[in-house]
Amino acid sequence: MDFSWFKWLMFIVAAALSIVGSLMMVTRRNAIHSALWMIATFIAIAVIYVMQNAQFIAIAQIMVYAGAIMMLILFVIMLVNLEKDSVPERKFSSRKFTGAVITIMLFFEILVIATAYQITGREAVYSASMLERTGNVRVMGSLLYGQYLFPFELASILLLIGIVGAVILAKRKKE
Amino acid sequence: MVVTIPEFAFRWIIPEIIVAVCALAVLLIEVFSGTRNSRRFSAFLALFGACLALYVTLALWNQQEDIFYNLYTIDDFGTFFKVVFLVITALITILSLRYTERGEIPFGEYYALLLFGLLGMMIMVSSNNFITIFVGLEIMSISLYVLCGLLAGNLKSAEASFKYFLLGAFATAFLLYGMAFVYATTGSLDIAEIADYVLSGDFYLTPMFMAGIAFLIAGFGFKTASVPFHMWTPDVYEGAPTPVTAFMATGVKAASFGAFLRVFYTALLPFMEGWSGILWVIAVLTMTVGNITALVQDNVKRMLAYSSIAHAGYILIALVTGDRALSSSVLYYLMAYTFMNIGAFTVVILLGKKGEENTDIEHYAGLAKRYPFLAFCMSIFLLSLAGFPPLAGFMGKFYVFSAAVKAEYYGLAVIGVLNSAVAFYYYLRVMMYMYFRESEMPSEEINLSFAYMLVIVISAWALIHMGIFPRDFLLLARKSVDIFI
Repeated sequence: MDFSWFKWLMFIVAAALSIVGSLMMVTRRNAIHSALWMIATFIAIAVIYVMQNAQFIAIAQIMVYAGAIMMLILFVIMLVNLEKDSVPERKFSSRKFTGAVITIMLFFEILVIATAYQITGREAVYSASMLERTGNVRVMGSLLYGQYLFPFELASILLLIGIVGAVILAKRKKE
Repeated sequence: MVVTIPEFAFRWIIPEIIVAVCALAVLLIEVFSGTRNSRRFSAFLALFGACLALYVTLALWNQQEDIFYNLYTIDDFGTFFKVVFLVITALITILSLRYTERGEIPFGEYYALLLFGLLGMMIMVSSNNFITIFVGLEIMSISLYVLCGLLAGNLKSAEASFKYFLLGAFATAFLLYGMAFVYATTGSLDIAEIADYVLSGDFYLTPMFMAGIAFLIAGFGFKTASVPFHMWTPDVYEGAPTPVTAFMATGVKAASFGAFLRVFYTALLPFMEGWSGILWVIAVLTMTVGNITALVQDNVKRMLAYSSIAHAGYILIALVTGDRALSSSVLYYLMAYTFMNIGAFTVVILLGKKGEENTDIEHYAGLAKRYPFLAFCMSIFLLSLAGFPPLAGFMGKFYVFSAAVKAEYYGLAVIGVLNSAVAFYYYLRVMMYMYFRESEMPSEEINLSFAYMLVIVISAWALIHMGIFPRDFLLLARKSVDIFI
């Protein structure tokens, strides 16, 4: 049975949802609403990951970003009392306008670059058929704990620094 | 498909392991005891770690080895930079001894983060692969974001930390995006493999690859404080604790230039025509904006921040040439720049006291009468920054400009020379205040402790020595860049 139309449909829905979600996220004035739209965007992107045959990243995206990190963001919003419409009225200023123009220019440049590019067809180490046989997570694991063990271990130091840093800055004396 | 790391690879990264273990030990000591003596001990442990790692690193000179599946490499280029970082960290540790007490900075965390920052720098310059470069860069940056904000109850320090963090995260995103673009077009994260693939003939230049290069320049440009990615520099340098400022101005800059040089001179060298034009513009802007803004600064710490932007511009001149043999001038310059900056910032620290930084130029008035030796050393540092012979700063500038001339970038060399003439004004202005102005404020006692004087004397001696006998140092730098050829 041919699933290609279904895949196509799914992609359109997921892509549209992620774009709408991110637009809504940056335009909402209520911080909680922004956070909820962000979850929607994350899940839509996770769907796209699954369709690219990257199941591990999709699961990690939902568990880590849509789950854990969103939880933290919501906590922070509640702790600092941002639920109310506390974002000030937007005012037009020339600085914002220039910023917007530059951002839009950069966006279109990236769009052109991304669409004008055609993959040169360099052979990958891990082909789709090989992934079918061994499984995505397994390949990922053996890469992380084998070839890329060194940066993986370094990442643990990186996380430690992040934790230590957050604690120091948070417990600083207030005067 | 089980893959194991061969054990003997670890003997090549003993310096990194020593630094990491000392940083963790310092953290643990802080947890289990908080008395004053143990706090002293953590500083000495950091110093000991840096010195021991320096000793081991020196033994790695002349060694060439790719380890961990080409993710990491030991070569003279990396070893040269590592030695510079270790010396910087040792000096910063010494001069932080009193400063941390004065500024009520948590000792343990401070030294641990300093060592972690050092670890990140060491990893950055020895990486052969975008992944390791990126992880190293992040280890360095995150340590520094926190270090900037360590002054208790100081709003400027908090602002510096926050500003550096936000803009730094943004710049990191650019760098990562650039790496992703290069990976997407070449299918490799290994910088040597990228160069091979690009030269193999299967590759054709695409807009995406060029965009990747542009993003990489933006990312590295931020870390090296080049115009137009320099906006954070003055505020962060001014707000951060002064030893951390010295660490940023020397170590971070050197590490970023090291990684910049390695990536652009191996992976991206075939596209020199593409990026050298962009760097030309950035170099000219960086020198000019840095120098001209420094002219009007009355705050010496802020003036040194702008001067550090200008110096990034001089270093970029040598990068623009794309000549691999001439890139040794970058290494010499960075080494000379290290000592003059650490020296100058030490004097800035000495003039401050608890709660007050006293960085205004008025505080330097009449310094020569009260503390002639201090004023004399500060003059050496300032003259070296300005590029006055026979100090190391002059030789550094001389090599950079002669690299530009040899590579036939005459315009760039002329702009560079004109800029260093402008720079004389604001360096000499501080000297003028020290020697010819009477102090209008009540004179304050300066605590000339042994630790500060040691750093000042070492820096001054190094500048004079490197300036008068530059040959040995230049040969070392030449040998280091041999890996590019």
